[in-house]
Amino acid sequence: MSGSFAPGDAVQVIATHPPGHRRTPFYIRGKVGEIERVCGDFANPEELAYGFDGLPKKTLYRVRFKQSHVWPNYSGPETDTVDVDIYEHWLLPA
Amino acid sequence: MAEERGTHEHDHDHDHDHDLTFQPNIEDSDPSRYELMTYAMRELLMERGHLTPEELRAAQEKVESLEKSDGAKVIAKAWTDPEFKQRLLDDGNSALAELDIDAGAAKMTVVENTDDVQNVVVCTLCSCYPRAVLGMPPDWYRSKSYRSRVIIEPRKVLSEFGTEVPDDMTVRVHDSLADLRYLVIPRRPEGTDDWTEEQLASIVTRDTMVGVSNPTAS
Repeated sequence: MSGSFAPGDAVQVIATHPPGHRRTPFYIRGKVGEIERVCGDFANPEELAYGFDGLPKKTLYRVRFKQSHVWPNYSGPETDTVDVDIYEHWLLPA
Repeated sequence: MAEERGTHEHDHDHDHDHDLTFQPNIEDSDPSRYELMTYAMRELLMERGHLTPEELRAAQEKVESLEKSDGAKVIAKAWTDPEFKQRLLDDGNSALAELDIDAGAAKMTVVENTDDVQNVVVCTLCSCYPRAVLGMPPDWYRSKSYRSRVIIEPRKVLSEFGTEVPDDMTVRVHDSLADLRYLVIPRRPEGTDDWTEEQLASIVTRDTMVGVSNPTAS
């Protein structure tokens, strides 16, 4: 497995808005979370969508974010989270 | 101009006619651009002999008739066999294969409801769903309302489903976006200690495995 992040690492989702078929939802861009697990290497769906081979494969992570960080007006407890699967090329160390 | 579904008009010449018509899945709105592209592809595949209407219907029937009890069977086994449950949590695809369930290419990610955590699954971008285990997603799962709201106000949406989560429990939303599919192991209800796997499976419904509901012993 080629990923450069490990469970527990703090990461920030890149706040960029390229056109095209992107699998990182807008609401999570720019947010800081923690790697929950490494899911493995997958052909990049952002390339597969256009008929390319999606290679080299990209490492996929599950990243856990606190809801109160993602949504400033979140009304539930501080402990509530949202887990999002995000590809390595969308993540920076935080 | 409104077009009849399954046919289209041409402003250019072809050396053949598209005269196939199809039974639509739903009829509540005009087809979107992508649906039209799908219809065009279907016409071409059939015209060129790669696919027959019977093959298409049979494939659709298979997907739409996958038994949700496949999932219930998995959960009942996880409740009664802690080692199986651990294997399911560690590697969903291979644990499902033990039960002859082929979860496909997607990575089955299994999460467990506990006394402290309620998990709930959504796909905010489209409608990723563990079809191999749960069959077709319910309409509400695909609705824009559920997809946009459960991520922002999960407790309110759960409450609208009749599921109240106390503040001392964590609500964990899982956004299933591309290569992961989620299955929730619900909490095993009190008073089911002497139940058989079959009895247990009978109370595990689709919605409990998406996380918007919890099974009860009654």
